[in-house]
Amino acid sequence: MPSTEIASPESSPANGKGDPSVVMDCNIEKLYYGSLKAVRDTKIPVRKNAITAFIGPSGCGKSTVLRCLNRMNDMIRGFRLEGHVQFRGQDIYGPKVDPVAVRRYIGMVFQQPNPFATSVYNNVAFGLQLNNFKGNKAAKVEEALKSAALWDEVKDKLNASGLSLSGGQQQRLCIARAIATEPEVLLLDEPCSALDPVATRSIEDLMKQLKDRFTIAIVTHNLQQAQRVSDKTGFLYVDTSEGSRTGYLVEFGDSNQIFHDPKQKETQQYIKGEFS
Amino acid sequence: MTSDVVNSKAGSRPDSNAEALDPFHGVDFSKLERSLHRPRTFMSMLFTVIVSAMTLFALIPLFSVLWLLVWRGGHKLSIAAFTQLPPAPLEQSGGFGNAIVGTLAICGMALLISLPIGILSAIFLAQAKPENRLASSVRFAGKVLTGFPSILAGVFAYGVVVIATGGYSALAGAVALSILMLPTILLTSEDAIRMVPERMKEAAIGMGATDTQTVWMVLLPAAVPRILTGVMLAIARAAGETAPLLFTALFSNYWLMWHGHLKLMQPTASLAVLIYNFAGMPFANLVDLAWAAALVLVVMVLIANLIGQSLASRQVQ
Repeated sequence: MPSTEIASPESSPANGKGDPSVVMDCNIEKLYYGSLKAVRDTKIPVRKNAITAFIGPSGCGKSTVLRCLNRMNDMIRGFRLEGHVQFRGQDIYGPKVDPVAVRRYIGMVFQQPNPFATSVYNNVAFGLQLNNFKGNKAAKVEEALKSAALWDEVKDKLNASGLSLSGGQQQRLCIARAIATEPEVLLLDEPCSALDPVATRSIEDLMKQLKDRFTIAIVTHNLQQAQRVSDKTGFLYVDTSEGSRTGYLVEFGDSNQIFHDPKQKETQQYIKGEFS
Repeated sequence: MTSDVVNSKAGSRPDSNAEALDPFHGVDFSKLERSLHRPRTFMSMLFTVIVSAMTLFALIPLFSVLWLLVWRGGHKLSIAAFTQLPPAPLEQSGGFGNAIVGTLAICGMALLISLPIGILSAIFLAQAKPENRLASSVRFAGKVLTGFPSILAGVFAYGVVVIATGGYSALAGAVALSILMLPTILLTSEDAIRMVPERMKEAAIGMGATDTQTVWMVLLPAAVPRILTGVMLAIARAAGETAPLLFTALFSNYWLMWHGHLKLMQPTASLAVLIYNFAGMPFANLVDLAWAAALVLVVMVLIANLIGQSLASRQVQ
């Protein structure tokens, strides 16, 4: 595709299946919501134990792309995908694949902290319960809360409602809930946009700790955040030439390169803040 | 424009220094005082008075009925009233214990019928296939059924249950009342499930929950207080119904439980029908019992309503 030039050599098409470090190989040729073409020509390899950030202006489809990675878009009427999203070499949009099973390996944390209206403990144990986990639940819950850097704050109120926590704590609770079942990939959809700077910092620190155990993909509209936490960055932009707003990948590469030496004109302008 | 402003500012400068510094210079504070002489204020006050008066007026029926019931029926309330069977016409004392049991039993059975149907179809309407044609026709039918004349529910249950089973029974009464309960339970449960924030549902789906797990583990627990509110309102409505029971449960002077057997297929007493039967009798004792039974029924309905309300207000978020 003419407008999609991929700067980094490691994301060449041949790379997806062969390279074992690519956990998810996302290749969206066309993505429709009904008759609206929402995203086109977006190829992003998500690497093991790294943080891959999706940046771009509002409406560029970065959340849409992220939601493709665990089939959350299936809930949206009229959603249709041309292309493929491979998880460990297997297409998760294949005809025999159960989206529910996919989501158990690829967890998600949302923009708004969304704990269930139940206790802190039950929130974290939710995934274990879904999978009929037979082992020591309390130990698993404790471990997940510790991994989410929340244990010290909630260990004395595990029976309090998850909704009684502060915004930042709620978001870490959601992360604990997502990692309790030990997914391979963690998708974070603008996880800090509803949080204050202090809570944001704690989530960012947490992400850096978690990348040793999980593969992380994050959508953020905060460029500094992407720069601080990510190893790889994909920049998406909106194409209005066909009369509708269609997002596409402009450039993908090492975060260092994207932020300090962007190859594409759009990326350069966006990083410099010349448009938003 | 700019030069105007500059000029006017320059013009005000010669005024005394204190005045120039006073930011409220030129504001007439007496105009800020509340005064009934101003039509706007007067209309507002008048409207407040009318609204408050009408609100009090709306309370009159409820409180006058309650007062009348306490006055006429209160003195009949005794342990005997709750534990004894209805007396024969010229007998003194007696009670309506069997009618209380009958009302509770018929309402309970009606709930057993309408609750599973109502909640499961509410899940269908709210979650499984909300836009489906079947869903919209069921929703419409539910709304129509809300205003369904209760006597028709009785006639229907008479035709379906009484004739088929060969007699009046508590079961037939329960079927009639369940028809009246169903729309309330269905529609409030659908609303309750829809009110659960979308992001909680997303969280569950994102965790890899199946649709069924999402409904049972997230949506229903979060919706339970609202669903129970609807259930209590449905019970409160059905418990006071008389017409459908006349065709179905009829009345009985005996206990529902007789010699250790539950007589669910026999005519069964209920408070509503007891009031209807006794209120027209020429015997003072029976008329007094009808008043007392009415008081008990109203209090039961009131309690059901209050429980429903308190559940509604005791919600998370």
